[in-house]
Amino acid sequence: MTASSLAEFTRRFSRHGGAVLGAAILFAITMLAVFGPLLYPESPWRMVQKPFLPPMMTDGFLFGTDTLGRNIAAGLVHGARVSLLIGLASTAAALVVGVTTGAVAGFFGGRVDDVLMRFTELFQTIPNFALAIVLVAILQPSTDSIVLAIAIVSWPPIARLVRSEFLSLRSREFVQASIVQGQSSFQIIFTQILPNALPPVIVMASLMVATAVLLESSLSFMGLGDPNTMSWGYMIGAGRTVIRQAWWISFFPGIAILLTVLSINLVGEGLNDALNPRLSRRTR
Amino acid sequence: MRPTTSLLLGAVLAVYFAIMPLRVSAEPRSGGVINVVVQPEPPGLMLGLTQNGPTQMVAGNIYESLLRYDENLSPIQNLATSWDVSADGRVYTFTLKEDVRWHDGEAFTAHDVVFTVDTFLRETHPRLRVSLEHVERVEALGDHRVRFTLKQPFGPFLGIFEVGTMPMVPRHIYEGTEFRSNPANDTPIGTGPFKFKEWVKGSHIHLVRNDDYHVDGLPYLDEIYWHVIPDSSARAIAYETGKVDVLPGGSIETFDVERLRDLPNTKVTKKGWEYFAPHAFLWINNRTSPLSDPRFRRAIMYAMDRGFARDVVWNGFGTVAAGPVSSKTKFHSTDVRHYPYDPDKAKALLGEMGYDGRPIRLLPLPYGEAWQRWAEAVRQNLNEVGIQVELQATDVAGWNQRLNEWDFDLAFTYLYQFGDPALGVARTYVSSNIAKGSPWNNVAGYANSKVDELFARAAIAFPEENRQALYDELQQTVVEEVPVAWLLELEFPTIYRSNINDLVTTAIGLNDGFVDAWIED
Repeated sequence: MTASSLAEFTRRFSRHGGAVLGAAILFAITMLAVFGPLLYPESPWRMVQKPFLPPMMTDGFLFGTDTLGRNIAAGLVHGARVSLLIGLASTAAALVVGVTTGAVAGFFGGRVDDVLMRFTELFQTIPNFALAIVLVAILQPSTDSIVLAIAIVSWPPIARLVRSEFLSLRSREFVQASIVQGQSSFQIIFTQILPNALPPVIVMASLMVATAVLLESSLSFMGLGDPNTMSWGYMIGAGRTVIRQAWWISFFPGIAILLTVLSINLVGEGLNDALNPRLSRRTR
Repeated sequence: MRPTTSLLLGAVLAVYFAIMPLRVSAEPRSGGVINVVVQPEPPGLMLGLTQNGPTQMVAGNIYESLLRYDENLSPIQNLATSWDVSADGRVYTFTLKEDVRWHDGEAFTAHDVVFTVDTFLRETHPRLRVSLEHVERVEALGDHRVRFTLKQPFGPFLGIFEVGTMPMVPRHIYEGTEFRSNPANDTPIGTGPFKFKEWVKGSHIHLVRNDDYHVDGLPYLDEIYWHVIPDSSARAIAYETGKVDVLPGGSIETFDVERLRDLPNTKVTKKGWEYFAPHAFLWINNRTSPLSDPRFRRAIMYAMDRGFARDVVWNGFGTVAAGPVSSKTKFHSTDVRHYPYDPDKAKALLGEMGYDGRPIRLLPLPYGEAWQRWAEAVRQNLNEVGIQVELQATDVAGWNQRLNEWDFDLAFTYLYQFGDPALGVARTYVSSNIAKGSPWNNVAGYANSKVDELFARAAIAFPEENRQALYDELQQTVVEEVPVAWLLELEFPTIYRSNINDLVTTAIGLNDGFVDAWIED
């Protein structure tokens, strides 16, 4: 991206007020995830105080303590790391599978397209969350199996999107010129078509990170999280049963999830405006 | 209503209310319906065939055995009015109560006892079968006396006449039939205070008063409804809204106990579990390094803050376990090595043995929130002395399978003790009980010939003083070696309305049925 197009991108992005707010929140959460463990160097599992301390009543326990006397603030900070990491990792995995499948199907068309799209539909017909639960339950809950399960349930829409972009781009003159020049299919897919198909994919990927964060939280809430990592979903799940005695145990992680997902969505919208200017102008 | 009548009624009511506070409430009153939770739904109610927890709890109203036990586990009469033991401890003669009738009107006699013990339960009841191996023969002496002759003295013998261990089944219905497929299993017939009326699967079990019960005037209640409510918080709410009056021990999460305890008109009792004495401990896989080193196992004991687990995870219910034998069980000894919470000592032990920091796996018991939290607390305790622990989440089937296949390092469990170390403790530690395929035998793989011999001798020693001496020595040895890591003697509080009286009167509590229970106005 050249300097002028970057400036153009920034200008379009910042025209969207919500996107700027979202970016700010997301930046703060990311900073917390990266540097937070310096704030709370001890394990978030450590039982440090009396259980069931309400928020803002005891020094050093801004958000109170949970059922075992663990510091909720420490849990939130360490949980940010887990949530973002799983969100990014599973999105990356889904992108690799989805983009490859969609590109191949869209570029070659015909029977290859048929086979790949039927395969994709197979995954699309099963409800996402149900499939994720089954996968994690079979593979035993761990960070790896959760990333894998989320990736497996979220790649089909990307494959669909990339395929449709490829279908429309592959008949353009610049692609035909490349074919005439004798470039290989691989070269054409990755150096010619894909860069032009990327903007909508980036927007979709940003939204997928938000979905992945939600999915991970839901799995943990169901008790299918990695039992060795402190995540927001786990905190809500563990606090849910005592919500009548101690609302704060599940409330603060809930707010954390809300803010994260909301900010990612806002950023995604901003990206959409900045990367697909014509599209966004039409819809307004 | 005419004015004079209402005036009269008013006067009557006024007098009634005036004298009511003077009434002494200790006089039991007949009548009333009681609603109880049963969790989970029992697989069947024929107690001779299935002995799941919920089956025992419901069917304890329908079936009876020869004896009951008070909270000190001393036998009290039920279907047997008296019993005597020969001087050499080999012959037990029971005199049965006369004019006891089965729910279908047939007379209960000594022949039913002989059939039950010798034919029916020998075939269907694995736990009793082990004890019956000590019995040489069972004979009816007339209609109302039964004589058991043992091969050698068997200390726990008088403790096996509990209803879940030896429920009397009717000979006239089962003799000569295929026990498990007998259609009568769906409409259980016993001698108990309540009769089976109806079972709507997934909803409730309905029992009604046995008008011909062998104790005059008992039972006081007319009907019992056992409600099936699968979700633990829904069970707590069912109590709060008044749908049920009794929450048996273990049917709700511990943190709900605290909330319900503070409700008006609510009583909580910890009694009624003395016979079972649920004993929680960590299985330690003695076969693999570093767990095979006794110093490592001792370090685990010192590292765990068991008082914290009792106070926080179990809301103060329970007692820190001193060793293999619960303080509620006979022959418990306190003269053993103590393991207070002492992380420094744990670290020293680990340093001494040169523990390399290899991570170990821990399986929580998949029985709900409290067990999950407990596993997290133990993991943290162990982490803090330098043992890396990985929690492995499983469901009930997975947990069973992992233990069956010995595929674990540490695993939570709890077992019943059945009043006597020979019945409920030995099975965990004797080497003859090491076999894949069961999560209830010597899963840890602990083998010590001295311990084997002490258990064997203590079971058949006579009289009791001799048994005590052997069990004292045994407990010292075992506690020194830590084949499993003892956690807590669990308590499962029973929650019920204040106007219910005499609900829990024996060592097995609700499992002995609602025979004495009555509801105050």
